[in-house]
Amino acid sequence: MTAFFQTLGMSYEWAWFVATICGILLIALPLLLGVAMIIYADRKIWAAMALRRGPNVVGPFGLLQSFADGLKVFLQETIVPSAANKGIFLIAPVVTFTVALMAWAVIPFNSGAVLADINVGLLYVLAISSLGVYGTIMAGWASNSKYPFFSAMRASAQMISYEVSIGFILICVVLWAGTFNMNDIVKAQEGHVLGIFNGFVFNPLLFPMWVMFLISSLAETQRAPFDLTEAESELVAGYQTEYSSMAFAAYWLGEYANVLLMCALNATLFWGGWLPPLDIPVLYLVPGFVWFLLKVLFFFFVFSWVKATVPRYRYDQLMRLGWKVFLPVSLGFVVVVSGYLMLTRYAV
Amino acid sequence: MIHVIAFYLFAVMTIASGAITILSRNPVHSVLWLILAFFNAAGLMILVGAEFIAMLLVIVYVGAVAVLFLFVVMMLDIDFAELRAGFVKNFPLGMLVAIVLLAEMVLGIGAYKTGALQLGAPDGTAAQPAGTSNIEAIGALLYSRYLFLFEAAGLILLVAMIGAIVLTHRQRGDTRGQKISKQISRRPDEATVNVKPEVGKGVSL
Repeated sequence: MTAFFQTLGMSYEWAWFVATICGILLIALPLLLGVAMIIYADRKIWAAMALRRGPNVVGPFGLLQSFADGLKVFLQETIVPSAANKGIFLIAPVVTFTVALMAWAVIPFNSGAVLADINVGLLYVLAISSLGVYGTIMAGWASNSKYPFFSAMRASAQMISYEVSIGFILICVVLWAGTFNMNDIVKAQEGHVLGIFNGFVFNPLLFPMWVMFLISSLAETQRAPFDLTEAESELVAGYQTEYSSMAFAAYWLGEYANVLLMCALNATLFWGGWLPPLDIPVLYLVPGFVWFLLKVLFFFFVFSWVKATVPRYRYDQLMRLGWKVFLPVSLGFVVVVSGYLMLTRYAV
Repeated sequence: MIHVIAFYLFAVMTIASGAITILSRNPVHSVLWLILAFFNAAGLMILVGAEFIAMLLVIVYVGAVAVLFLFVVMMLDIDFAELRAGFVKNFPLGMLVAIVLLAEMVLGIGAYKTGALQLGAPDGTAAQPAGTSNIEAIGALLYSRYLFLFEAAGLILLVAMIGAIVLTHRQRGDTRGQKISKQISRRPDEATVNVKPEVGKGVSL
C-alpha cells in the first residue's frame, strides 16, 4: 500500500504514514462491524442451545439487533457517580477499548497481509494483552463502589494468573516455529504433521498446549465458565456496574473484540491461520482470508457453546486450575518440547 | 521526519509523566503516570531498534510490576499529609540517591562513548550484527559470553522468590484446606442419603 501512495507523488515517509492509517482503518472498521455481528451471533447461539428464539425482531432475523442496542446506548446519558474519580473513570473504558483493538496490528489475515510485520509479533500480543488489566482495574477503583472494586480485583487477579500459563504455552509454539513473527509462525505450520496437516494442533506434543490455550483464553477474556467478574448473584454486574451510555458500550465492544482476538490467536498459532487445514493443492484455491475467517468463527462458536453449556467455576477452583495445574504442566511442556527439539532438530 | 516527531513525542511524554509521577498528590495517579512513562520509554526503545527490550519492558514493568504497585497502592489506606511531612527529613537522602544515579548514568554513557564496551558503534548505530534479529543477537550473547552472569541472575531471582514466599507464608492451625481429589471423586449415591423421618422427630446425619 505504501508503494501505491508513493505513485501519487508522496515522499516515502508520508506514503508510509498514510498507508498505515488506511491499514488501521481497514482493520478497525470491519472489526467493529464484526464485533456487532458477533454479539448477535453469540445471543442467537446461546438462545438456540436453550431452545429459545433469541433476538428476532429488529431487521431480518434480528440481524440489526446490535445496532439498535448501540443506538439506544448512544442516546443515553453518561452518568458519572459523584464519588467517582472522574478522570480515571472516563479514561478506563477508553483504555480497554483501545487495547482490544491494538493487538490486531500483528494478526496475519492472509499471506503477508498484516499491518505490522514485526519480528516480535507474539511478544507484542503478550505485551498488549497484559495492558488489558488496566482498563478493568482503573474502572473498579475509579467507580469508588465496592462491588465494581471486588470485581476488578477478581478480574485482574484472574487475568494475571492465566497470562503466566499462556506465556509458557506460547513459548512452546515459538520454540517449534523458531520465530516470534506471526506470519512466519503460520508458515512454519505448513505440512507440519506427516506433510499433510497444516497446524501445530495436530502435533501430539503441542495438542495438550492447544487445549490449555483454549481454556486459558476463556479465562483471560472472562468468558463463561470463568465469568466470575460478573457473577450477578455476588457482584451485581461486574466492574462496569457504574458505567452507562457509551462508556458501557466501550467495555462491551472491547470485551468482544478481545474474544475475537483470542479466537484469531488460536487460529493463527495452532490451526495454521490462513492456511487450509490440509496441505492439498485444491484447498489453496480458497483464499487464505476465508480460511482464517472460518477458523475464527468456528472458535467463536466454541466460545458461545461453552458459555451456553458449562456452569460457572468457583473462584478458588479457577485459581487452582491456573496456578496448580496449568502453570506446572505448561512449564513441564516447555522442557519437554525444547528437549525434543534439541534431540531432533538441533542434534549436535 | 516521522522519526523525529515520534522521538520528541515519546521523550517529552516520558519526562513529563515521570515528573507528574512524583508531583501528583494521589498515589494511584502517580502509579498510572509511571505506567505511561514506562510505555513511552518502550516507544523510545523501539525507535533505536531494540524492539525485544521494548516488549520486555512493557510485559515485565507495565504488565506485572506496575499492576502489583497499583494493587498495593489501592489497597493501602495512605494518609497523604503524613506522607508529605517527611519531605524535609528525607531530602538529603533523596539528593544522595539522585546524585548516585546521575553519576552512574554519566559513567555508563561516558564509557560507551569512548568505546570501552563492545556494545556496537559509539554513535548508537549497528548495535547488532546486520541480518540477525534482536532476539537472536541478545540470545547469542546471553547464552555464551554472559552465561554465568545470566544463570546467577536467575538464581538470585529464585532465592528472592523463595524468600518472599517463606516470609509471607504462615501455617495457621485452624484452617481447613480443601481436598480436591475428594471433592471430585464424590458420586451422587454416596453423597446423598434417603431418610424417612417420623413425624415430630428430627433426622441425625
